[in-house]
Amino acid sequence: MQPLLLLPEILLFAGGLVVLVAGSFQPRQRQWVTRIIAAVVLVAASVAAGIAMSSPAQFPMQGAFTVDVATGIARILACLGTLAVLALASDGIAGSPRESETYALLLFSTTGTLVLASAHDLLVVVVGFLLASIPFYGLIGIALTPGGAEAAMKTYLLGALFGILLLGGVVVLYGVTVTTTYAELPQRLADAPPGAVVAGVATVLVGLLFKAGGVPGHFWVPDAAQGAGGAVAAFVTTVPKIGAIIAIHRIATLLPDTVAWPLLIAVLAAASMTLGNLAAFWQSDPRRLLGWSTVSQVGYLLVAVTVASTSEMALPSLLIYLAGYTVTNLAAFATTTAFPRHRTLDSYRGMGRAHPWLAGTLVVALLGLVGTPPTAVFIGKLTVATAVWDGGIAWLVVVLFINSLVSLFYYLRWIARVYGSGESISASVFGAVTPARWSATSSVVLAALSLAMGLGAGLLWSAVA
Amino acid sequence: MLSLIVFLPLVVSLALVALPVIGDVVARWVWVSVAAVEVVLLIAVWQGYETPAPGALAFEEQVPWIPGLNSSYHVGVDGLSLPLLAMTAVIFLACAVYSLGERNRPRLQAALFLFLQSMSMGLFVSADLILFFLFFDLSIVGMYFIIAGWGHGDAARSAMKFFLYTFLGSLSLLVGFIGLYVFADPHTFDMVELTAQLPLAGSSLAGGAILAAILLGLAVKTPTVPFHTWLPPAHTDAPAGGSAVLAGVLLKMGTYGFLRIAMPMLPEAWRSWAWVILAVGVISVVYGALVALAQSNLKRMIAYTSVNHMGYIVMAVGAAGVLASDAEQARTIAVTGAVTQMVSHGLITGALFLLAGVLHDRADTYEMDAYGGLASPAPRFAALFAVGAFASLGLPGFSGFIAEFQIFTGSIATVPVTAVALLGILITAALFLRALQRLFTGETRGSSEGFADLRLPELLSAGPLLLLSLLIGVLPRFLLDVIEPAAAALVSLVGR
Repeated sequence: MQPLLLLPEILLFAGGLVVLVAGSFQPRQRQWVTRIIAAVVLVAASVAAGIAMSSPAQFPMQGAFTVDVATGIARILACLGTLAVLALASDGIAGSPRESETYALLLFSTTGTLVLASAHDLLVVVVGFLLASIPFYGLIGIALTPGGAEAAMKTYLLGALFGILLLGGVVVLYGVTVTTTYAELPQRLADAPPGAVVAGVATVLVGLLFKAGGVPGHFWVPDAAQGAGGAVAAFVTTVPKIGAIIAIHRIATLLPDTVAWPLLIAVLAAASMTLGNLAAFWQSDPRRLLGWSTVSQVGYLLVAVTVASTSEMALPSLLIYLAGYTVTNLAAFATTTAFPRHRTLDSYRGMGRAHPWLAGTLVVALLGLVGTPPTAVFIGKLTVATAVWDGGIAWLVVVLFINSLVSLFYYLRWIARVYGSGESISASVFGAVTPARWSATSSVVLAALSLAMGLGAGLLWSAVA
Repeated sequence: MLSLIVFLPLVVSLALVALPVIGDVVARWVWVSVAAVEVVLLIAVWQGYETPAPGALAFEEQVPWIPGLNSSYHVGVDGLSLPLLAMTAVIFLACAVYSLGERNRPRLQAALFLFLQSMSMGLFVSADLILFFLFFDLSIVGMYFIIAGWGHGDAARSAMKFFLYTFLGSLSLLVGFIGLYVFADPHTFDMVELTAQLPLAGSSLAGGAILAAILLGLAVKTPTVPFHTWLPPAHTDAPAGGSAVLAGVLLKMGTYGFLRIAMPMLPEAWRSWAWVILAVGVISVVYGALVALAQSNLKRMIAYTSVNHMGYIVMAVGAAGVLASDAEQARTIAVTGAVTQMVSHGLITGALFLLAGVLHDRADTYEMDAYGGLASPAPRFAALFAVGAFASLGLPGFSGFIAEFQIFTGSIATVPVTAVALLGILITAALFLRALQRLFTGETRGSSEGFADLRLPELLSAGPLLLLSLLIGVLPRFLLDVIEPAAAALVSLVGR
């Protein structure tokens, strides 16, 4: 059984329960206690994950889970990512009526993400999907704004649909293989009728892409990014992706040569990149713009999955990209939560003069998302592109870089406003705005981290390879 | 030593950004002194430079960066990069001196230029493709902010066009680099190793495709026809110092890439495509000159002469790939001429752009028709501009003559049809003479009235650049002695 190998998941779930109960007995001004509890739990879980990484891959719970390097990195990224989200929440959610509930839901959803990332059985994938999704609907709607309610409803309906697709796919695969565990699936899938395998795999992938926020399961992303509170928007566009993408990667490595699955994933990747980028073009709400940009980032991440079984660089490059993406995307969202009232790109005029540090952070984050060296996402893009070419799908490299170029346009629209001379009135208006303290600090720290991870890429690589 | 040269400006730049207490006056002088220190360091490197063995580099430093990808912080210089490095230091010093009169956020301007200097220096010493790409990309980012922040006219739009267009080039370059890595065995991004390995020998299709990606990247940056359309608006709307650096240093990154990456690493593909490259070079020469002739805006005109001057370089490196019998010496002369032209164009065009900035500073326009008879209110300006114009059109006694003479000697000896490009020299002569006439002769009228002559910082920035051009024109040996062995080594690499 080895339940101790699942200590991070256990800690997070138990922590969520403690936060929920403790929050019920605290007056509103003292809800910050639950934030401290949540933060401590997240740190403890990531430490436990780090310790577990020192031993070779193991399969606890009779092979229902994998605890390997990918699991370890996913756990650390998800926990630290959620920790950063807590910091952002300290500005917007502190003192709100549903403070401790938000933290509890964050912890539950993170647990689901970890389960997804470490699942070694299709049924566990379904459990992880549900555990990650259900708290997530609540989180999106918890702000009780009209936009939030609409986004929550949309996400819930889509989630129900894609959850059914996922379950249906699992049923089909079970029907042709009579097993759900990854230990036996590769062998049996190879002998199964390819048509049924394709149908099953495609629906499983599409179901998981809802969680990852990639095409075709992306419809909720821009609405959630725009409608939910800032911290929640940062969470839903970052943390669940970690689990979903790693789950997709694990499933891809099981698939036999009898089906052209690399092409399937390559097409989904290209679709995510292209659609996400084109839709982001003329957005005027910065968070909605970032929401679409995360759709395109899923595409880049999927590129690494296409060569999951043909290039040994595939998994390390995927993990590096995930790490870089988590840090950089959170940095970008943190800048928007530092200025919660600035909800149009035009309202960022004059920020460069009024808040040079945060403007610099925003530039590092946005150019980082494009993949400008020496940020972490650059190393991710470089290694992903190298892996996919090495694996023999050179055309996808071209698609990836054309999309990077396209994405530069809408990030530059934002950057140009930040530094644009424009109306001098807004500069003075901006000068009077005090950025939210925790968000501002987090965004500076995260942007610095993204640079440090790029410059220290050698260390990062040796950790994941 | 090289790391000091590369990172000193960066460190000072970060300090200038982080410490708002530094006053404007102090910031200006800090910038000038750092730029001066860089020039001194470069003189020291030049003194200590001994031609390395073929395929090796002098002042080499190597520290592992991403061992998993065989990418390292690997720097070094040879006869191709040292002259460019020195030219870069000189141009940045000139910009620093010129900007002593800047009133718009001088502290941040100094920081940005120092950042850009670090990136430019780093690019010319890189011996690793990822490192090269890093500096290539960040130099674009730096220049974007210079144009957007200190430009005039439609600066935001021009800056965005510049960024998007050159970013296309840099991504195409990255695709080519990844291709080289994937085909190398063992996989590596190290330039020295890749040159020794010849990763794509024998596979003409893949080699051609990868060369095409790299050439596209470099052609956008150089720029050659038909990828030059970002250049005129970027120059027109950039501040004077930005234009000088853009033309003097950033354009050289493209042509330097031909010599450093495309030719030695993909010689087979280069030889197969040499005729195309040659043709693009000749077209750039003639087209650039003709379009420059049609301009009424002085800065746009100088920008198009850059397309023309870069065309000579592309033509020369194209000719170096055409293997004719016993023409090895001619091809060496062509490559030597190409490197000399890079230095020469940097100095002369840098000076011309700084001088053009004076027009905008005094009268807010670059339209030549707005002026007339400038020579009487501003004799020093007229004299200096005339010297720059004559140097640029290739008058003997200036560096441009040395460069273009060698380029034509080498190219025509290898491929006689390149004599067509001589037309470019003729047209350039005509257009510069016409510009001099429109600006300086006749009655003093329009914006020329009350035009203040060159101030000391302006004189001391453009002047030394032209003096250096004169020095190279009269005593070229100190420069050619460095370039020639490297050019000969490169030609033999292309002949493999």
